[in-house]
Order: sequence, then C-alpha cells, then structure tokens
Amino acid sequence: MNEVKAEPGVLTRLTSGLASLTRKGSSGWMVIIGLVIVAALVVMTAIAPLIAPYSPVKSMVGPIRSPPSTAYPMGTNQLGQDMLSRIFYGGSIMLQVSALSVLVCFLVGVPLGLFFSYVGGYLDSTFSLIIDAVYAFPGLVIAIAIAAVLGPGVVNMALSIAVVYIPSYYRIVRSQVLSIKELTYVEAARSAGAKWHTILSRYVFPNVIPSIVVVATINFADAVLTAAGLTFLGLSVSKAVPDWGWDLTDGRQFLSSGAWWIITFPGLMIILLALGFTLIGEGLSEILNPKLQR
Amino acid sequence: MTLLEVDALTIDYRTGGGTVRAVKDVSFTLEKGETLGLAGESGSGKSTLGLSLMRLVPYPGVIVGGRIEINGNNILKLSNNEMRSIRGKKVAYIFQDPMISLNPVKKIGAHFLELIRTHEPETSKEKAIERANEILKNLGILPERANDYPHQFSGGMRQRIMIGLAIALNPDLVIADEPTTALDVIVQAKILDLLQSLREIYGMAMILISHDLSIILERCDKIIVMYAGQMMEYASNVELHKNPKHPYTRGLLQSIPNIELLDQRLSAIPGSPPDMLSPPVGCRFWPRCSSAKKICSAEEPPLIDVGRNHFVRCFLYTEEGANHE
Amino acid sequence: MSEMLRAEHLAKYFPVQKSFLEQIFTREMRYVKAVDDVTFSVDRGEIFTLAGESGCGKTTTGRLAVRLLKPTKGKIYFEGEDITDLRGEDLRLLRRKMQIVFQDPYASLNPRMRLGDAVGHPLKIHGVAKSEGQKKLVLEVLDKVGLAPPEKFVNLYPHQLSGGQRQRVALARSIILEPEFIVADEPVSMIDVSLRTTIIDLMLGFRKEFGLTYLFITHDLAVAKYISDRIAIMYLGRIIEMGDKGRLFLKPAHPYTKALLSAIPIPDPKRKRKSVELAGEVPSAINIPAGCRFHPRCPYKKEDCAENEPELVEIEKDHFVACVLY
Repeated sequence: MNEVKAEPGVLTRLTSGLASLTRKGSSGWMVIIGLVIVAALVVMTAIAPLIAPYSPVKSMVGPIRSPPSTAYPMGTNQLGQDMLSRIFYGGSIMLQVSALSVLVCFLVGVPLGLFFSYVGGYLDSTFSLIIDAVYAFPGLVIAIAIAAVLGPGVVNMALSIAVVYIPSYYRIVRSQVLSIKELTYVEAARSAGAKWHTILSRYVFPNVIPSIVVVATINFADAVLTAAGLTFLGLSVSKAVPDWGWDLTDGRQFLSSGAWWIITFPGLMIILLALGFTLIGEGLSEILNPKLQR
Repeated sequence: MTLLEVDALTIDYRTGGGTVRAVKDVSFTLEKGETLGLAGESGSGKSTLGLSLMRLVPYPGVIVGGRIEINGNNILKLSNNEMRSIRGKKVAYIFQDPMISLNPVKKIGAHFLELIRTHEPETSKEKAIERANEILKNLGILPERANDYPHQFSGGMRQRIMIGLAIALNPDLVIADEPTTALDVIVQAKILDLLQSLREIYGMAMILISHDLSIILERCDKIIVMYAGQMMEYASNVELHKNPKHPYTRGLLQSIPNIELLDQRLSAIPGSPPDMLSPPVGCRFWPRCSSAKKICSAEEPPLIDVGRNHFVRCFLYTEEGANHE
Repeated sequence: MSEMLRAEHLAKYFPVQKSFLEQIFTREMRYVKAVDDVTFSVDRGEIFTLAGESGCGKTTTGRLAVRLLKPTKGKIYFEGEDITDLRGEDLRLLRRKMQIVFQDPYASLNPRMRLGDAVGHPLKIHGVAKSEGQKKLVLEVLDKVGLAPPEKFVNLYPHQLSGGQRQRVALARSIILEPEFIVADEPVSMIDVSLRTTIIDLMLGFRKEFGLTYLFITHDLAVAKYISDRIAIMYLGRIIEMGDKGRLFLKPAHPYTKALLSAIPIPDPKRKRKSVELAGEVPSAINIPAGCRFHPRCPYKKEDCAENEPELVEIEKDHFVACVLY
C-alpha cells in the first residue's frame, strides 16, 4: 500500500482521474471522447465572438441561399446570414437551457428522492404515485404544455424541461436509497446513534452520486433534444437569437429546393452535442456499474 | 491409465490494471475413483484451477502454459466442439450457488430429461425417464416431486438436484466448487455423504474445492494446499495431517478449532493474503512466515519430494535452504 | 450488579407480505416468528454465545439486544434498566454503552468514507472530545487493533484493505466509545480461516483490557466452543439448550444439539464420525410445528411431543434443556 502523501490538489486529482479513464477499456474511451466533444462545443460557443467571421444576425453578408464555399464554409441561409457564424453562436441557448434544466432537476429531484424514500411508509408510497403519474406522461407533451403556459425565454424553457425529468431523478435516487438503506454500514451508523440527516448526508447520498451522475448526463442529452423540439414547435426564445433549433425549423422548407446546408449543419451540431453527453453517460454507467456489482 | 494429469499449469488474468498470475505451475494426478481436495483461502487460485479443468475460466482469464490431460487427451488442444462433448459427459461441475443455476420455469424432472436426451439423443424417452427417476431416488427426492419447480425446494434440496444433474451422464470426474459453503452444517454433512455414496455407486473421481480444511481432511484421499496461486503442499490426507511440512499448512492446521478438543490453543497466521497484482518476490508466503530465511525473499522455492508421495514447496526442505541463514 | 443484559420472553414477529389477492380476500396476517419466547441473561465480563443454524433467530435476537429492532413481545433489561421501549435521546445515550460488530466486513464500512472518519464518527455523534482529541483517539484505537502505523490507515478507503483488515476497522469503530457491552454477529464467518484467530484474540484481549461483555453470535459451534463461557443453542426462534460451555459440550442433552455436534467436520482424517440421521430440513418460521418445534425431525419423539412445547429445565448445575426426555 502507498505511503501517505499530502492531499493532492484538485487539478492533480482531475488529471489523474482523466488518466485513469484511459485504463478502463472501451468505456473509458467513450467517456473521454464524449468529454472532448462536449468541451469542444462549449468552448466553441464561448469564444464564438472571437472566431465568427460575421455577425450571425447580420443579413445580406452574402448572396442568399448560397451553397458552402471558401467564403462561406457552411453556406448562407435565406436571409443571407453566414451559416458558419450562426453555428458558432447557435449552441448558446441550447447549452444554457439544458444546463439550467439539469440543475433544477438535481436540486429538486434528488433531495425529494432522498428524503421520502428514506422515511418510507405512506409518505413514500403517496409521493411515488404522484411522481409515477408525472412520469407516465409523454415528456414532450408536458414540456409543450408548460412552455405554452409560461411563455418564451431561457428560464421558462429550462423549467418546462426540468419538470419532465424530475421523475427520472426521483426514481433513480429512490431505487438506490431503498437498497442502500438496508445495507450493513447504514445499520452500523444507526447502531452508533447517528441521526437521520447525518445518515442521509454522509452515508446514503455519497453512495447515490454515481447513479445520479449517469442520469444527469443522459438527462443533458435528452434536454438538448427536447429543447430542439420545443424550438421546432416555436415555443422557444425569440427568433432574433441565433439558435440551432431555429435553423433546423427554418431550414426544412428549403430542403426540397436543394439548399440542404441550411438544415443539415444545425442538425448535425444538435446530434453531436446530444451524442457527446450520451457517450459520457453510457461510458460512466459501464464503468461505475461493475464496481457497484462487486 | 491415469484419469487426470495436470502438468505445470499456469493461468493469468489480464485485467486493465495489470496481469494477475492466478495459478502458477500446478501439477498433480488423479486416478479413477480418487478424491482430491483443493484447499486454500481467498486468492489462492483454487476456483480458477477447478474451472480450468473444464476450460471454463472466465474472461479475462487465459491459460498460458501447461497441460491438462483427461484419459490421455490434452484438452487444451481440443476444439470448442470437442470440448463441449467432454463437458457434462466426462467432466461435470457443481457450482457453489444452487439458487441461480436452475431454470425457474422448468420442472425438476424436465431438467433431467432434457439433459439426458440432449447429450445422448439415442436414448428413448422411456429409458430417459427411467434413468431420471433412478437418479432422483439416489438423491433422496420423492418421485412425486419430479413435477415440482425449483423454488418449491429448499437450498439443500436444490444443491442435491444440482449434484444429480452433474452426475446424470455418468461423468468420470466431478468437480465440486465449495458445494456446501452456503449451507448449514447438518445439510452440509448430508450433502457430502450423498456425494460419497453417489461416487461409490457410479465410480466417479472427485475434486473438492473448499476453504474449509476440516471437510477436506475428512473426505479427500489427496490434498493440495494452495496459496497465492501456487501449490505449497501436496500429500495424502493422513500424511498431511500427521506430518504437515509447509509453514502455511501448519499455520492453517493450528488455526482451525477442533470441536472434539477442550482447551485448545489456537494461533493465527500474521499478515494477510498478498495483493495478486504484485505478489511478493521469491516465496509468495515469506512475508507471513515465521521460518523465513534470506533466500525465501529472493528466490522461489521448488517443489520438493519428501517421500511417502509428499511434496512441499519450501526452502526448509532443500539442502541450500537448510544451510542458509 | 453482575447481570448486564437480561432478555425475558422476547419475541419478534415480522409480518409476511400478502399477495394482492390475499390482501383482498383474507383477513388473517401471517408472521415470520423469527424469535419466539427467548429468555436468557448475560453476566458482566462473560462471553455468552447464541449458536444455531441459519433461520434460528440468533441474529434477530442480537439486534433486539442492542435495540436496533423493537421487540414484538417481552422485555430487555440492561444494567437493571428496562430498555424495551426506549426511543429518541435515551436510545442514543444507550448506544454509547452497547455496540455491535457485523458479519460482513465488505458491507459494514461506508465505501465512500475514509477509515479515519468512519472510526471516529461515533465520537462526533456523541460529542466526545474536540477535533484533535478525536484524531488522537482514532489513531490510538487503530493501533490497538493492530493496524499500524495508524497514520497510514486513517486516509485509506475500505476497498484498499483486505477482509481481515476491514473487520479490524469495524472492531476499532465498536470500541472507540469505550462501551460496556458488544454484540458480535458472526464476526469471523466471512474472513479467511488463517485470520480468524487474530480477530478472536483481539476481542478476547479487549475483554481483559476494558472489562467488556460479549454477546457472540455464530453458526460455527467449533468457534463457539473456543470462545464462549456460556452458550445457548437456538432452533426456530427458541433456545432449546443452554448453559456452561464445558458441561454442554461434554454432555449435550437435546437431540438437536447432538445432531449438530455430530455433523461438524473434524480436521482429523483418522476419526470416523458417526452421522446422526436427522430427517428433513429446518421448517419455515412462518409455519412452526405445533408442540415441540423440533418434533417432526426428532429421532426420539414421543406422542406428547406434538402437543406440548417443553420449557427449559435445569438438568445439572447451569445446564438447561427444553425437551420432554428430561
């Protein structure tokens, strides 16, 4: 066993954590590739103002509906806007919405799940029924309904998506808590006299985190696609903001006339972002599960 | 002809974190009708060794060296099809956990019928039913119960059924991997008695794998004591009990409480089993050995013949070992 | 007083889940009678063992003794006080004096807690000593269980240790509050044979050093014989034989005890063991046989046995049996 060293700093731990991923076989590589994709897209969106050749909302920077060329690598849309610039800027809304919705889900779904399933009894059964009822609804339908009521805006979109996914967090947390609750080390904590909140925070929650992380990443991927869906249906932010979802919607009508680039590039970016998150989630769940099974 | 001959068998597990040499240089023989006990604690490699005799070592395990000969055939050279015809018919395996090894939606009688008719398709249905009933009788299961499902039987009964399935095709060799570890002591005694009586009826040889040295001493003709993947001692049960030579064997014998003795002095072996990813250099047992000398941490001891068909892997019994500090 | 723990007519029944149809159509509840009228006492400084096969109720009795479970019937006294109905703060105060060590060293430690934190957590819960004082106590107790140097072990996680080492950590955690009474639930069953004596010797050493009293639970009669002062054999929720260890093993009285002893493997190939023929298997604790609960399997059963359940009677000094033969 190793000598005791001083506590390594966060950066060291992060790098060694990433390095250890390479040793975990194909699942580790899935996580790494996913992380690279997501990181690249986030960085791209963040530095968009620095790298975009044109303003994404400036019309008529070139001929309308012109195909990809050296001047306009991704072509121009029906308003003569440069598609490449729109791609650079267009992920912003989507990333904000999905990040916010995952955050809300986490802050709401996880504590509720922890508390009610630990307490058990009637409270747990009743609440589970409510959650299951929400879960039974098709996600997009709920999101549409809420978005329609709340109106446009990043926060509102995030909220409507969050409501759809809170049940998933709740259910995963609940199933984990139910099994962890019976484990010997929890019993040991009780036998030492620990109070319920200590047990939840120090014994149950840390062991639930791996599964939550997996749900969160899949949730991200889903949120991206749902946000695209909401935008598609016109329930998103105003059209003035460049957004992949909008370009997807708009681009439909030009497909038949041959202007494939207007819908294709935004579509690819959405898929890429969702794929990135999915790879992280799938890879992580493969890595974390064998350990849990031991 | 010798039923089973194993020579210099070595098995590695190639994991992401490194290669574990789970079994190193194991050699032994088994004659028809004999019982061999593989004794060892966690990490000793005994289960891996047992599985390798059926070429069932799970991924990422790989047999990297040695020979396994059953009735003169090196099974390591057989094709998958040839191997499959040996499994179940010549060699059978009894696993530790009977709960998960039976098909929950199939009646017990049907388990036996399917087994017999799959491996010996020329058997007529009547003959197969006859044989199945015969086996059930030898297992002590009432004939009416052939129409029951696995969950209707207790743990001990299910293990009997597993044993029955293992011997149904009259194999030459049965490998029982911790067959009674999950069972209570009375049921354990009856299961082991059952195995013995079945062996007498059908004339099978048996390899019993267990961490419980008491049942191995009681029930096995020959014993191999394994530690960290290596054979440390190999002798008949009487000889091993009378003259344990290896410090590990002695330590083990001194740590098992004997129900018949009052006022026993038990002692423990200090330390813990080694990390198999980086086992100790030299003799794998030396860090825990009270008789360790300098040579033990430098070189691996060879297997020494000390007479009376008794072999030890320890420098205490070599000339150089006796002379060294 | 010399009597530390006393259980009187303890019982614990667990309701059986009814299937959906049963819930609608039947009124009666069925119970798993895990513990069904158990009476015994443990004196200060002694090691009292509850022994028996799985399902006999010994583990449940152990949990009842430390009040991890609430008895369905009966009473428990600790140092003369009735603790049967304790709850809340009183129960937490009791936890300082009574501790429990569990069977599975792989499951009894929180995988996400460092060993130092896990061992020191009881100190935090009960507000014993300040931060530096707690650290010192943790190091001391890790040293006592043989995990040296303790500074190395405080920062490790359970998965970095072997089973035997983990069980030592569990032991350390159980003694850090300096309790008076420890329930040890099969503490060595899942540990390699060569390491068992270390743990057992540690426990015996603590008895000498701290004046501890143990309630030891095991299915391994050979271990029970080695470590106990007094022993009780349980079957299907009841104690069927109990008393001084020497006398019980010298002259086992109950047919079940005899059968158990005869089934234990002896590590000596020259001894020929007589296997006592015992019919059938242990019945379910939901349908306990009427009368003496052992009678369906008993080779000596008489007519009376199916009707009356025998009580424990003293057949010699400190040796009790519940059987109609006596």
